[in-house]
Amino acid sequence: MVKRFKTYSVIMGLMMALLLSGCETEHRFIKKVAFKGDDGIAVTFAAPVDDGWAKDISNFIVSEKPDPDIMLDIKDTALNPDRTKLTISFKDSLNQNMPHILTIKRIISKGRPQGTATLTVKKLYFGYLLSILIGAMIIHNFVFTKYLGLCVFFGTSQKKSTAVGMGITFTFVIVFASLMSWFFYQFVLKPFRLDYLQIVVFIGMVSLSVQGADTILRKVNPALFKAFGVYLVLVIANCIILAVPLILADNEYNMVESFMLALGAGIGFLIALFLMSSVRERLELANVPVSYRGLPIAFIVAGLFALSFMGFSGMSIF
Amino acid sequence: MAETTKTNIQLFINGLLNENPIFRLALSMCPAVGISTTVMNGLLLGVAVIFVQVFSSCTIALIKDYIHPRIRIPTYTLTIATWVTVIDLVLSAYFPVAYKAMGIFVRLIVAFAIITMRLEVFASRNRVITSFWDGMGMGFGFLLGMVVLGAIRELMGMGTLLGYDILGFRPLLFFVLPAAGFFLIGFIMAIFNYVEIVYKRKTK
Repeated sequence: MVKRFKTYSVIMGLMMALLLSGCETEHRFIKKVAFKGDDGIAVTFAAPVDDGWAKDISNFIVSEKPDPDIMLDIKDTALNPDRTKLTISFKDSLNQNMPHILTIKRIISKGRPQGTATLTVKKLYFGYLLSILIGAMIIHNFVFTKYLGLCVFFGTSQKKSTAVGMGITFTFVIVFASLMSWFFYQFVLKPFRLDYLQIVVFIGMVSLSVQGADTILRKVNPALFKAFGVYLVLVIANCIILAVPLILADNEYNMVESFMLALGAGIGFLIALFLMSSVRERLELANVPVSYRGLPIAFIVAGLFALSFMGFSGMSIF
Repeated sequence: MAETTKTNIQLFINGLLNENPIFRLALSMCPAVGISTTVMNGLLLGVAVIFVQVFSSCTIALIKDYIHPRIRIPTYTLTIATWVTVIDLVLSAYFPVAYKAMGIFVRLIVAFAIITMRLEVFASRNRVITSFWDGMGMGFGFLLGMVVLGAIRELMGMGTLLGYDILGFRPLLFFVLPAAGFFLIGFIMAIFNYVEIVYKRKTK
């Protein structure tokens, strides 16, 4: 037990170090610098800067790291009301996959010069991955924000044990099926221009995964099969399991990003099921009007959950 | 269910009321919640579902004698996937704006439980014509549900119907939120339940 705690804390420490290292910059006055949108760079200063200095675009030089001689055209700069955040907009959109070098000359804050800063702007890949994961899990939760997988959701959310079982089975199948679909998409569909066969191929992959999981589980761990086997069949009827490959094909994610998306979708489904089952167990004992018993009240509860999950919308990490 | 000889019209009405997919069978609710924000969306998705349902039912009814029982589920899935691809391409070509509004849901028709279930329960055991009418009934039941939901949400949320301004103001923007879809379906299901209870009480 203590050993596990140690490993967890080491892993967490590493993750935090990775995350935070992207937040620091090489100049003490500049707190954060990152890409913003398609064609901008956002710089956060440690204190308010002067308007006049910020408006002079000759103070900023930006170039891509591999080509330091080519200076990108800056359209204009915009300062936020409390003058700590500056957004530099460019005439053309930036290639965010390349690290960019941003030189900020003679920073003047409150009349006092703060020096010249040379910073590297790059997308924090780990943060991007994490944002896909948490996005799929909570911000764009597939049940409450995207309204997919509802049939199975309402069917299995009556007891906590069934709900958790369904959630776990589903997570495993969706990760496996998405990865297989990704391989098929990248190496078979795209090269041969068979994109329109997406639907057929993906649902085929899903059925294969479910069938495979069924057989493997039966042989390898019959006890586990007894517990979770029944949910495997329900996985196919779930809209989410088809939605995840479609999304990763549309967005052209690479393998790690698809893995994150699938994992987030599965865990989000598990969270949603768990929350819903906890409420429904209580509802069984409550005094519900006769016409509302069963599904209608479950829908209304789901509506309340959906409203509360809306609070997460618009949240963006990194 | 295959034993009773219902007339075709009865099958149709069955799909509309008795076994309405959204409100009574509680299947394929994903789009009902997410897409029924306007009548136009509901209409288009309903038409897509009718198309897929009818054609899949007829196809399976045609080839039902040649399907080995062990591979029937993959066969159903393949048939549905093919028809969904067809309607997906057609919609994206002829109605691009509406197609974008529906997002991913047109392609997800293949995962709708209602269609597979209908094939398994009905089309694999009946003739083509009966399957056709059953498919139409289910599809129209779905369409009816979507249109009713869409009408309520659009009217109450935006004050318009099919784009025409009826009320002139927006009563409760809340209805446009997808969360309201959950609430509305819950209420309408409760109404269906209530009607059934009263009906049972009266015929006792």
